[in-house]
Amino acid sequence: MISTALTDLWYGFGVALEPHNLMWCFIGVFVGNMVGVLPGMGALATISILLPLTFGLKPVGAILMLAGIFYGSQYGGAICSILLNLPCHPPHAVTCLDGFPLTKQGRGGAALGITVISSFVGASWGITEMIFLSPLLVAAALEFGPAEICSLMLLGLLAGSTLAKGSPLKGVAMTVLGLLIGIIGSDIETGTPRFTFGIPSLFDGVEIVALALGLFGIAEFMKSVNQLSDVNTTYSKVTLRDLRPSRDELRRSIPAMFRGTLIGSLCSLIPGTGPTIASFISYAAEKKISKTPEKFGSGMIEGVACPEAATHSSCQGDFIPTMSLGIPGDAVMALILGALMIQGVVPGPQLIKEHADIFWGLVASFWIGNIILVLLNVPMIGLWVKLLTIPYKYLYPSALFFVCIGVYSANNDMFQVGEVIVIGVIGYALLLLDFHPAPILLGFVLGPRFEENFRRAMLISRGDILVFIKHPISAVFVGMSVLLILGQLYVRLRKPKVLEDVAIELKAT
Amino acid sequence: MFPSLLHKKDFYSGMLMILLGAGVALNSTTYSLGTLTHMGPGMFPFMLGIVLTFIGMLILGTAVLTPFDPDERILPKSMEWRGWGCILAGPALFMVFGEYLGLVPAIFACVFVAALGDRTATLKSSFLLAVGMAVGGTLLFSYILKVPFPIFRVNF
Repeated sequence: MISTALTDLWYGFGVALEPHNLMWCFIGVFVGNMVGVLPGMGALATISILLPLTFGLKPVGAILMLAGIFYGSQYGGAICSILLNLPCHPPHAVTCLDGFPLTKQGRGGAALGITVISSFVGASWGITEMIFLSPLLVAAALEFGPAEICSLMLLGLLAGSTLAKGSPLKGVAMTVLGLLIGIIGSDIETGTPRFTFGIPSLFDGVEIVALALGLFGIAEFMKSVNQLSDVNTTYSKVTLRDLRPSRDELRRSIPAMFRGTLIGSLCSLIPGTGPTIASFISYAAEKKISKTPEKFGSGMIEGVACPEAATHSSCQGDFIPTMSLGIPGDAVMALILGALMIQGVVPGPQLIKEHADIFWGLVASFWIGNIILVLLNVPMIGLWVKLLTIPYKYLYPSALFFVCIGVYSANNDMFQVGEVIVIGVIGYALLLLDFHPAPILLGFVLGPRFEENFRRAMLISRGDILVFIKHPISAVFVGMSVLLILGQLYVRLRKPKVLEDVAIELKAT
Repeated sequence: MFPSLLHKKDFYSGMLMILLGAGVALNSTTYSLGTLTHMGPGMFPFMLGIVLTFIGMLILGTAVLTPFDPDERILPKSMEWRGWGCILAGPALFMVFGEYLGLVPAIFACVFVAALGDRTATLKSSFLLAVGMAVGGTLLFSYILKVPFPIFRVNF
C-alpha cells in the first residue's frame, strides 16, 4: 500500500513539475501572497477575487494555481498580522499575540522567518497524512450508499457551521440558508424552476462566483469603507537579513513547531475543530508547558511557531475530506470544490481514480508551492512590506472592479454582476446581525448533492426516515453529529478554561 | 424586559430567520410536495424551511435569555451612506457602461465612482486611480486573459 502511494506521489510530482503547471503554481503563490498581504484582504476575499483568473486554464493548471493562491494568501495574512497586528484571517489572531510584540522589539523579521519554517513543517506533515489517509477513505467511501453519504454530509455541514466565528446556532442558520440558496434553479429530477422569482437567468441556479464575491467581496468592502484607520507601519521595516532567526530563537522554536504540528493534525481529524481552534489550543498548550508562561504575549517566539504550525497542519488536513470525499471542511475548501465543479470535475470518492492527475498533481504541488513560497518570500519581503502601506481607499475600488469583471467572466453574463450586488447587500445585512457568511458557501456547494442523495435514500428505503439510523455506518455519522451538537452545548455552557484564557488575551490586545 | 429586546441583535436575527424559514416553507407548498418515498420538488425546501424556522426560534430564545447589554447597537456607529452608495453604484455602472459602451468606460466608471466613497477621496485622486485601473485592467483582461468583452463598443 505504501509503495502504491509513493508511486502515485512520484507521478504527481511529474504532473506538478510540468513547466506550464509549475508556472501556474508559481503565479498562484505570487499573486495570492501579493493580494493576501494587502490590509483588509483575508484569505477568503483573496481566493474569491482571484478565482476567475483560473477560468481559462485546464483543470490541472487551474487547481494548482488555486492551491498556490490559497498558500500565498495565508502566508500574506501572516505577514499582515505579525507586522501590523491586523489579523485578516481568524487563525492568525493568535499569531498576533506574540508576533507583534516581536515586531516592536525589532525581531519581526525573525518571526516571519520562523513562520515560513513552521508552516512548511506543519504543512508537510498534513500532506503526508493526505497521501496515506485519502486512499483509505476513498476505499471506504466507495462502498457508501445514499443514506451513508447523506449522514456524512450532515456531519460535514454541522462541523463546518459550528467552526465559524460567532455563535454556532447562527452558523447552522447560515448553513441552512446556503442549502436554500443552492435550491434556487431547476429541480434536478422534474425540471421545475424553484425560487427563481420568474427570472430566466436564475434557472441555472446562483453562480458560485457571484455568491462568494458578494459575501466576501462587496459585503466586506461595505463593512470596511471609512472604518480602517491608516495602518501603523513604524515598526514594519524588514530587510532580507532580518528574516534569519538567531540560533537561540531557532532552538526554542523547533520543538514548538513539532508540538503545534501534532495538535493541528489531531484537530483536523476531529470534526468541528479546524485551523482556528487548533491555533488556540496549541498556543494555550505551549504556554502551559513553557518554563516562563508569564512572558507569553510579550514576544515569545514559541508563541508564533506553535500556532502557525498547528494552523497549517490542520488546514492541510482539511484537504483530505475535501478531495477524497467531496465534503469541504470550511468555506475556503468549498470554494476550491466550486472551482473544480466549474472546470467540469465532479467531486467525490471517484475523483482520485478518474482524475488521478488532478489529485496527485495537487498533492505534489503543495510541497512545490510551499518551497516556492519560501523562495519567493526571502527576496521579496521588501516588496510585501511596501504593499502593506497601500491605503484602503485605493484598494477597494480596484478590488471592486476585479469583482465585476470576475463575475462577468464566469459565464460572460452581465446579469451576474447584478446578482453580486444583491448578494453583497444581503451579506452586509447579515454581517450587521453578527451572522458570519462563510457557512453559506458550504451549504451552497453541498446542497444539490445533499438533496439528491436524500431523495435517493428515501426512495430506496420506501420513505422510511429511520434508514439513517438502521444502516450501521450511517448511524455512526448521525451519532457523531449528535455528539458534535452536545459538545458545542457543553462548550457554550461550561466554557473550558483553555479557550477562555486565550479569548481573554485576544480581547486585551 | 420586553422593550430591551428591541435593542438586541439576536432578536432581529431570530425574527429574520423565522420569517425566512416560514416564507420558504409556505412557498414550497406551491411546488408539489410528493410523498416521502417519491419526493416532489417542494419537499426538500419545505423541510429546510421548517428547520430554519426552528433555528430562528432558538436564536430568539437566546435573545430573551441573555442579559441586556446597553452598549449593544444594531447599526454601525456611523452610517456610511456615501461609502455604501458608491460601492454599490460601482458595479451597477459597470453593468450599464459595459453593456452599452464597452470595457474601458465600464472599468473607468466603476473605479471612479467607487473611489469617491472614501471620505478623503478627491475628484483628482479618484480620476487618476480610475485611469490607471482602466489601462491596467484592459491589458490584463483583454490582452492576457482574453475575456470576450469588447474594449469599446456603441450598443444601443
